[in-house]
Amino acid sequence: MSTIEIRKLTKKFGEFVAVQDADLSVKAGEVVCLLGPSGCGKTTTLRMIAGLERATAGDVIIAGKRMNELTPEKRDIAMVFQFYALYPALSVGQNIAMPLHFEKLSQADADKRVKKVAEILHLTDVLDRMPGQVSEGEKQRIAVARAIIRDPNCFLFDEPLSRLDVELRHSMRGQIKEVLSNLSKATVIVTHDQLEALTMADRIAIMRDGMIEQVGTPHEVFAKPANVFVASFIGTPQMNLMEAELKKFSDGVVSVTVAGNNVEMPADPAVSKLKPSKVMIGIRPRAFTAESKASRSTIGAQAELIEPMGAETLIHARTESGGDIRVVVPRAQRIKIGEVLHLKPDPKQTHFFGDNGKAVRA
Amino acid sequence: MSAAPSIFEKLGFRKASGVGEAGWGHTLLVAIVAFIYFLPVLMIIFTALKPATEALSVPPTLSPTSLFGLIPEQFVFSPTLENFTSVFSRSMTVGGAPEDTGFDHFFFNSIVIASVSVLLALIIGTLAAYGFSRYPLKGNDTYLFIILTTRMLPAIVVIIPVILMFRVVGLSGSYIGIILLYTAFNLAFTIWMMKSFFDELSTDVEDAARIDGSSEVKVFLKICLPQVIAGLAATFVFGLILTWNEFLFALLLTGVDTRTVPVAMNQAVSSGGRGTDWTLLAAIETLFLIPVFLVTFFLQNHLLRGVTFGTVKR
Repeated sequence: MSTIEIRKLTKKFGEFVAVQDADLSVKAGEVVCLLGPSGCGKTTTLRMIAGLERATAGDVIIAGKRMNELTPEKRDIAMVFQFYALYPALSVGQNIAMPLHFEKLSQADADKRVKKVAEILHLTDVLDRMPGQVSEGEKQRIAVARAIIRDPNCFLFDEPLSRLDVELRHSMRGQIKEVLSNLSKATVIVTHDQLEALTMADRIAIMRDGMIEQVGTPHEVFAKPANVFVASFIGTPQMNLMEAELKKFSDGVVSVTVAGNNVEMPADPAVSKLKPSKVMIGIRPRAFTAESKASRSTIGAQAELIEPMGAETLIHARTESGGDIRVVVPRAQRIKIGEVLHLKPDPKQTHFFGDNGKAVRA
Repeated sequence: MSAAPSIFEKLGFRKASGVGEAGWGHTLLVAIVAFIYFLPVLMIIFTALKPATEALSVPPTLSPTSLFGLIPEQFVFSPTLENFTSVFSRSMTVGGAPEDTGFDHFFFNSIVIASVSVLLALIIGTLAAYGFSRYPLKGNDTYLFIILTTRMLPAIVVIIPVILMFRVVGLSGSYIGIILLYTAFNLAFTIWMMKSFFDELSTDVEDAARIDGSSEVKVFLKICLPQVIAGLAATFVFGLILTWNEFLFALLLTGVDTRTVPVAMNQAVSSGGRGTDWTLLAAIETLFLIPVFLVTFFLQNHLLRGVTFGTVKR
C-alpha cells in the first residue's frame, strides 16, 4: 500500500530545532500539503521523508515499513524539486529515463515508457533538447515526468510551482492535480502558497516553527482554524483578529467589548467556558454585512482605504478604538472614503480564541 | 534553423556568433594591445630563425621578409632552421663532429613529469575537493587553510628540507621523486579550484539522482563530474603551465636522466665558456612553447567557461 506516516519526527541542526514531534499520516491516493511560512520546517520534513535528511528522533514509515535508516534510493519514492534539479549534461529524454536505470529495463521498454510519460505531459517535441534549451514550464513538466515514470511508493513535491509565472502556475496546478488523481499514491506537497494548498490538497498540514499546528481538509482549516496562527495564515484578505473583553454569556448570546463597541451576538456554547476576560475574536473580511445604522450587534468603523478587487471591494477601515479592520463588500455596494460603516459580523463565521491562542469550539 | 556549422564549429570551437559586433575602432585597439603582449613571444620565434651572428646586432633585424619592400633591407634577416637542428645535435668542441645533445630525452622528461604529476594531482585533488565540499569535516576551513599554506612559501624556502628528505629516502634524481613533489605542489591549487567548482553546483541535482536510485559513486561520476568539466580543464591547464615552467626544484632534484627542459636549457646555453648562445636559446624556447600552446589551444573553450564559471545565472 502506498502510504506515508511520520511519528514524533524531530530534526535538530545543532541547537536549532527545525522540526519537532511532527505527526502526520497520508493515505494511498491522498494529497497532503505541508503549508507554512518560509523557515517553518516544511522542506526539512519532506527531506526526512525522502531520506535526504536524517531524523534526530521519531519514525518515517513508508508503505508500512520503518525507513529511518534507509538511503533515498532504497525508499522507492519519487520527488520533484523546487529548482527542478534536472541533470544538465543529459537530454530531456535521458533525464526522464534516469529513474528507470534502477529497474534494469530493456532500452525498448524504457523508450516506450518515456514516450508515454512525455505524451501525458506534452513533452514529446522537446525530448532531444538539453535542459538548458527548454522553457521554465517545460522544465517543470520534465521534473514531474521524471517523478511519474516509475511506479514508486509515494510522491514528494517541494514547492513545485514557485518558479512559474502566475498564468503558468494556474494551469500547472490543474495538470499536476489531474496527473496525481490518476495515480492513487500517497503524495506530500510542500508549499508556502495557500492558494496552491487549498486547491491541490485533500488535506492540509499547517506548520509553524517546526510544529504542525493543524491538519485538516481545505474546508476545515479555513472554516474551523484550530488557533490564532492558522486563522491568520489561511484566507485572503487575512482574517481580522481583534482583542475583546468577554462580559457575559447567557442563553447562547455573548456580550463582548470589541473595538470600542459593546456587541451582542449568538456564540458557540463552548465560549461559556471562557472566564470573563480578554479573548481574541477572529472575523473574516467577508463575514461582515454593512448595516445602515448602528445597533447592538454592529461594530462602527470609518473607511480609510478602498481597494477594488474586481468582483468585490476590499475596504480598510479604522474602528473607534483605533484598530484596523478589513472588510470585503460586493462590487455593487459603493462606499466612499470617510464613510462610517456599521459592520455586523456573521456569528457563524466569528471565532473565539482563548488566551492560549486556541480556538474555543464545542 | 541557423546556418550550416563552419569547419571550426564542427571541430568544437566557439561559435562565431557576435563576431564583428564591436566595430573596427575597438577591434583595432584590442589588436594593438594583443600585439604588444605577443611581442616578446614573436621576438623569441624570430630570434630562433636568425643566424647566430645577428642575434644581438645593432640595429636589430626585425623581420624574416621585407613584406614586399615595406621594410628596409637592413632590418630583414634571412631565416634559417639551423638553430632548431642544433638543439638536438651539434658539435660540442670547435670543429668537432656533431653530437647528440639528449634534448629529445629532456623533452620526453618534461612531458612525462608534467603531465603525470598534473593528472595525478587532478585525480587526487578532485576527489579531495568533492569530499571537502560535500562532506565537510569539523574545522573544514582550517584543513583547507593548512593545505593552502603549502603554497604560501616560495620554493626557495622549502627547498632545503625537501632536498634533505629526498636524499634520506633516496628519491633524489628519480622520476617518482620529482613527480610526487610536483603532485604535492599542484594538489593545493587543484583542491581549492575544484572545491569552488563543486560548491557552485546545485545539490538538488545530486539529491534527485539519489532518489532516482544512484549510488554515491554514481552521483559523483555521472552527475557531478560532467558538470565541472570546464573546471577540470582550467585546473589542468593552469597546473600544467606551472609545472612545465618550474625550474628550481627541477634543477636541484632531477638527475642526468630525469632532467627537464628548463634545466637543460640553462645548461645548454651557459656551458662551454663561449658566452650565451642566444639563437640556440630562442630555438629551445620556441620548441618548449609548443606543447603548452597546443594543450591550451584545444582546451580554450573549456578554459573560457572555467574561468567564468558561476558568474552567469543558472
